[in-house]
Amino acid sequence: MSNQIFRDSESDRQFSASWLTGRVFVYSILLLWAFICLFPIYWTITTSFKMAPDVMKGNIIPWVDFTPKWLGWRSLGLSPETIGIESTVREEFLKRFWNSAIVSVCSSILAVGLGSCAAYGLSRFNYRFGFMRNSDISFFFLSQLILPPVVLALPFLVLYKSLALLDTRIGLILLYTLTVLPIVIWIMRDQFSSIPTELEEAALVDGLSIWGAFTTIIMPIALPGMVAAFILSLVLTWNEYFFAALLTSSHAKTLPVMVASQTGSQGISWWSMAALSFAAILPLIIIAIILERYIIKGMAAGAVK
Amino acid sequence: MSTEEGDKLHVVTADDISNNKKRLGKFLVWGSAVILAFTLLIQALDTNAYLTIDLETWRPSLYAYVFWAFCLCVSQVLTRGEHGKRVLFVLPAALFVISMVVFPLLFGLVIAFSDWNLSSPDGRTFNGLDNVRQMWGDPFYWNALKNMVWYTIVIIIEYSVAFGLAILLNSQIRARKFFRVAFLLPLMLSPVAVSWMIGKSMLEIRFGPISRFFRWLASEPSEDLPALLYYPGIYVADLAQWFGWASPSFFGSAGIARAMIMAMDAWTFIPFMMIMILAGLQAIPRELYEASEVDGASKWRQFLEITFPLMLPVSITAVLIRIIFKLKLADIIINITSGGPGGATDSVTSFIFREYRDRSNVGYGTLLAIVYLVIIVIAMTILIKLADRWMKPRY
Repeated sequence: MSNQIFRDSESDRQFSASWLTGRVFVYSILLLWAFICLFPIYWTITTSFKMAPDVMKGNIIPWVDFTPKWLGWRSLGLSPETIGIESTVREEFLKRFWNSAIVSVCSSILAVGLGSCAAYGLSRFNYRFGFMRNSDISFFFLSQLILPPVVLALPFLVLYKSLALLDTRIGLILLYTLTVLPIVIWIMRDQFSSIPTELEEAALVDGLSIWGAFTTIIMPIALPGMVAAFILSLVLTWNEYFFAALLTSSHAKTLPVMVASQTGSQGISWWSMAALSFAAILPLIIIAIILERYIIKGMAAGAVK
Repeated sequence: MSTEEGDKLHVVTADDISNNKKRLGKFLVWGSAVILAFTLLIQALDTNAYLTIDLETWRPSLYAYVFWAFCLCVSQVLTRGEHGKRVLFVLPAALFVISMVVFPLLFGLVIAFSDWNLSSPDGRTFNGLDNVRQMWGDPFYWNALKNMVWYTIVIIIEYSVAFGLAILLNSQIRARKFFRVAFLLPLMLSPVAVSWMIGKSMLEIRFGPISRFFRWLASEPSEDLPALLYYPGIYVADLAQWFGWASPSFFGSAGIARAMIMAMDAWTFIPFMMIMILAGLQAIPRELYEASEVDGASKWRQFLEITFPLMLPVSITAVLIRIIFKLKLADIIINITSGGPGGATDSVTSFIFREYRDRSNVGYGTLLAIVYLVIIVIAMTILIKLADRWMKPRY
């Protein structure tokens, strides 16, 4: 190799060196941030398999530092030995899990249904409700986003009490639908306005009614957007804590409220808290990994015009 | 024939609505309205003990209201034909929002000016402006408002971090999908779980990995280390000890506790801004960069002259939405510090939450919330107007 004929010139070598440092810099920042994002999750998973001495010694890597034990999951009744046996804790957990699932799925469906219709109408027709025109109606819907939950919380507490909706799933579903509706309308308006109106015009000429055109022609096209809106509302409603803490007590309590109440009462049984926290976040982690595309699409909607 | 001028979708239909249909529609609306009014009247009389039916709850009125709303929707189609069908797109959502927001807000206004403690047997009594006077002299509420200003200002830092990450994600990198998913994950986690995972376990003083890390930084390096590592190690240890990291405490002093809450909230919400900015970056046409490269612009110039100005609208949207979400900040605070130490980390929401939880003081809490709403609406209007004006001249 000593009598190499073609060489990189001096400037090329400088270029490749600076390119290399640039790469190292970029990847080290990316890896650092990925570590910051993932470590708490990793920490929670491993802690749920630790025993007391492992926690105190600060062991981090399973099978190297410590041997994983099912301690945390046993206290939830979800470890292999206890899964077949009756367990009150597990029943409590599953009940809360089920409550959370029902409330978040129902309110997301309701919000996407109401919101898509409204967004479609607003993107296609001119309305006049009293003094309100289209832009005013849109603003009315979107302005709900600014409304902080505290303002509604206490009136709702009193109203729900007199309507016997306190501590019911229906009450939570209605309230959650309200909180995610503006976001759904925002995403869907963006979706519908990107669909050309010629499609419906053709459908109408062919004899479909306006609702027929909406359900058979437009909805299938806007489906990815609807999925995005649905998942985004699912995330927000699954994680909601404030209203659930105020408006539910025993019957309709959701998972976040259960997690929060455990942190308060139990001192430092870390392994069971870790198991519980991890079980609470697991569904959304799975959704995030599988449907990441839709979540990003949903959040990007409305950002770029 | 009905066609609305200015519709994006022109529909021309022959609407010949018979008078019978119109009459039926009107009858439905007014009939159900009468039923609603009647139910309300009976219930009002019943609760005030003029009647003795002893209805347990106000459910009948709720059902009557839902029935009326349904009839209103049906009658739109009956009386107005094609145009009614269009109204039907927006009407359900509008009715839902009005009944869920406007009525409770009006009701909240009534509560706000009354002395109402849910645990006391007296019930509600009007007390005029007493709540306002109490608020004026409540240092904790003003403190919470001041904290909200701090929490909001930090968004600038969150924004710059998110922008940096978005630029990195948008550059030519491998394993982009992995990084995107990893960066997105914190947004998926519930604040309650985060407050346990990070606030209560990782930041725990004795066993938490972060406190352990700080203590390790502050400890003297062992003598066996090669000199290359030993001497920097001593400097790091001295510096760390000077910062007081030998015995770290994260929620002891006001400033650090507030910073910790900010950091945790930033951790969950940076992905949100990052994704919005990333979408904006991907929409910038490549030709602009190519043209600037031909003109000999450096990377930094490109960022200043192309990326940043073009990203301004997206940035402003992202920051405004982030501010809106930030103003709702409560879950983490309620679960980790419950406002402490000495109200240093209190947000308005968490303060009102405790006001209700500890004292079940509905009247005063509602007044605080409504004052907060008024402040937010004014501040956001000013912000949006400013943002508009700031964006306009450049385009």
